[in-house]
Amino acid sequence: MKRQEYSPYEENAKKFQDERMESEIEAVNLARKKASKREWAKYTEKIIHIIFLLLGLITVGCVLLITVYLVISGIPAIREIGLVDFLFGKEWASTASEPKYGILPFILTSIYGTAGAIVIGVPVGFLTAVYLSKLASKKVKSVMQSAVSLLAGIPSVVYGLVGMLVLVPGIRKIFDVPDGASLFAAIIVLAIMILPSIIKMSITALDAVPREYEDASLALGATPIETYFKVSVPAAKSGIAASVVLGVGRAIGEAMAVMMVAGNVPNMPDSLFQSVRFLTTAVSSEMAYSSGLQRQALFSIALVLFLFIMLINATLNFFLKREKE
Amino acid sequence: MSNIITVKDMCLWYGEHQALKNVNIEIPEKSITAFIGPSGCGKSTFLKTLNRMNDLIPGVKITGDIRYEGTDIFGKDVDVNNLRKEIGMVFQKPNPFPMSIYDNIAYGPRTHGITNKMQLDDIVESALRDAAIWDEVKDRLKKNALGMSGGQQQRLCIARALAVQPKILLMDEPTSALDPISTSRIEELVLELKEKYTIVMVTHNMQQAVRVSDYTAFFLLGELVEFSKTDDIFSQPQDKRTEDYITGRFG
Amino acid sequence: MLNQSLSKKRKSFEVLMKALMAVSVGLTAALVLFLLVYVLMRGIPNITWELLSTKPSYLTERIGILPDILNTVYIVLATLLIVLPLGVGAAIYLTEYASNKKVVGIIEYAAETLSGIPSIIYGLVGMLLFSNNMGTCLMAGALTLVIMNLPTIMRTTQESLKTVPQSYREGAFGLGAGKWRVVRTVVLPGCVDGVITGCILSVGRILGESAALLFTAGFAHAVYGLIDGLAAPGATLTVALYVYAKEQGEFGVAFAIAAILMVLTVLINFAASLVQKYFAKRRSL
Repeated sequence: MKRQEYSPYEENAKKFQDERMESEIEAVNLARKKASKREWAKYTEKIIHIIFLLLGLITVGCVLLITVYLVISGIPAIREIGLVDFLFGKEWASTASEPKYGILPFILTSIYGTAGAIVIGVPVGFLTAVYLSKLASKKVKSVMQSAVSLLAGIPSVVYGLVGMLVLVPGIRKIFDVPDGASLFAAIIVLAIMILPSIIKMSITALDAVPREYEDASLALGATPIETYFKVSVPAAKSGIAASVVLGVGRAIGEAMAVMMVAGNVPNMPDSLFQSVRFLTTAVSSEMAYSSGLQRQALFSIALVLFLFIMLINATLNFFLKREKE
Repeated sequence: MSNIITVKDMCLWYGEHQALKNVNIEIPEKSITAFIGPSGCGKSTFLKTLNRMNDLIPGVKITGDIRYEGTDIFGKDVDVNNLRKEIGMVFQKPNPFPMSIYDNIAYGPRTHGITNKMQLDDIVESALRDAAIWDEVKDRLKKNALGMSGGQQQRLCIARALAVQPKILLMDEPTSALDPISTSRIEELVLELKEKYTIVMVTHNMQQAVRVSDYTAFFLLGELVEFSKTDDIFSQPQDKRTEDYITGRFG
Repeated sequence: MLNQSLSKKRKSFEVLMKALMAVSVGLTAALVLFLLVYVLMRGIPNITWELLSTKPSYLTERIGILPDILNTVYIVLATLLIVLPLGVGAAIYLTEYASNKKVVGIIEYAAETLSGIPSIIYGLVGMLLFSNNMGTCLMAGALTLVIMNLPTIMRTTQESLKTVPQSYREGAFGLGAGKWRVVRTVVLPGCVDGVITGCILSVGRILGESAALLFTAGFAHAVYGLIDGLAAPGATLTVALYVYAKEQGEFGVAFAIAAILMVLTVLINFAASLVQKYFAKRRSL
């Protein structure tokens, strides 16, 4: 062919074309590589996303797991005993030859104990919070806040120990009762234990009250104290209510400290100075040696306690949401 | 016309910083006095001194003589709460309490010991009428005040201040947070209120001072530069600095 | 008019409220002071080297808390080791990945629920979930504590991630970095303070925990190494305190432990506030 004859121009053109082809192939290869790398990156990103999603869902899983386990293990005994007999039975005699599983004494004790702790703890905590938030100097506020944090950090068994050795004998002497380990002792210990939650949360709510409200009140001729109690406190009422609910949750859920001071006998809480057993301590005091229906009944008690707590949590959330608004 | 407030050689320090220097002024009764001046000139600080709201700020030192109806307001036997009842205040930002409209108005009278429901109802109604907001809110007195518009909130705050029957109403830039329509309503209201009350008002807006006030005081860098009838000060200022300011050379 | 003083009613309200507040604050302060002084006074004389360095022996009738100290250390280590990646990961998902508001809401609600559940319930569920399968042992206790402390780590990490400026992330994305790269290089370093705060809080919570451990980790007092220790039942300091005080009437030992716990609580609170101050300062720079 003519073309095969020497022709520098054509030669060059061909060479050029070849080179172009080559570079094009290279580019395509590179692009392919890049694309596959991008694909790969996309893939890993997706996997990592899923891993994080799973980690995020762990809490949900835990809540479901706890709920399911408590329901599954709590239902059988209630079925066997009968819901009404279980919840409203006035006698708990799990080790008697004819065992009785009525948990009304525990429910009432928990309610009375918590109510008592609130009645004592809330006023003290609330007033302390108002003072620290509005009146205290910066120094006093920071010292007291660390003191309150310490109070929150003290393990409940330490409260129990001090309660056992100071409060219980003290009650026995002062009120001249045979045994100081009683509902009253538990109420005092619980009141102390809920103080930090109430103080901390109330301070946060009170600190957040806009200064303008207080100015307006002062400009109308109200004194600072009147202003704090009639304007600041109502303005912070959702947060303060939330602190009370939080306190209720802590009090009703406390086990060890109560175990050490309440006497732990399944009596109906007819008097302040009676030895009593709470829902929490009912679960823990017999767990170690229980079996069969008795053990299942303990799980049912835990289920009842759990339902109480869920109710309290929902209330707490309600107040917290309102506070945010 | 007599003077309800007389101030002589009054100085004020925030710690080391002197915010007001030798202020002398006599504020006439049942009139509207406007304080004008660039921001940071001390006009708001001076206003807040008149009902001793500055007492609350730590590090504030005040010298000189301030008399309300002849009584030294820093006198030993003066009860600051009574002073503030006599000299009410409306703030820059509307600040109704997060309560019902009724409770907002009733707060002051209740604080000062009125518990009778009928009496409170009367006070609430007349305060709201005086603040020209009665017709807008009479059907929702139990509704939360925070649900009102900004202009309504400010008029509610004025009503709240009126409910304790003050003689003087201090207003700290009461319209600066409001839209033009709400502003003009408040201005109309202020003009009506002067029949019964003495009004002292800080304003950023010179036109507002011209529109409403009888007297104008011009503050600059902590000094009261000039004080006279509003017509005079804007038509023939005596001081060069006043002239520069009102003609817009600075500020 | 001005010199009229407050009406009697207002004055008495004033005085009453001031008095009530003074009493409340005084009561709270006195309470903290009393607890601190009382526990330390009764506890410190009982802390001896022998107590700290031996294990209990029925032969010599002496009590040592070395195993309880070791168990506490083991359980703290094991819990943190497991809960950290989980909690941090969950927080990163919430702040960086989650786009569905509903999912975020559900996860946060779950975390709140977890932090509201009392420890006795955790103990019970931990027993059913872990101890019934792997036997009563420190590891079962640690796993229970992992669930308990998950919300804490999550919350503190989340809070610190919120302070990582959005512009950093945008800057990294702008350079063409993938999500994971941004998380690794920009987000993770930003959560160090949250992780440290979370660790301190968790250590405090683990130290103080007893009800959740009683039925999951048991209350033996033997000395083991870390790995064997985790597989064996054992009491932490708080559980040991409970057992010595409630079951055995050994109040001297109980107070010695209480004093140690008290000192640790003070130290942890101090560390937490120090860390918070340090990071707040650094952030404001």
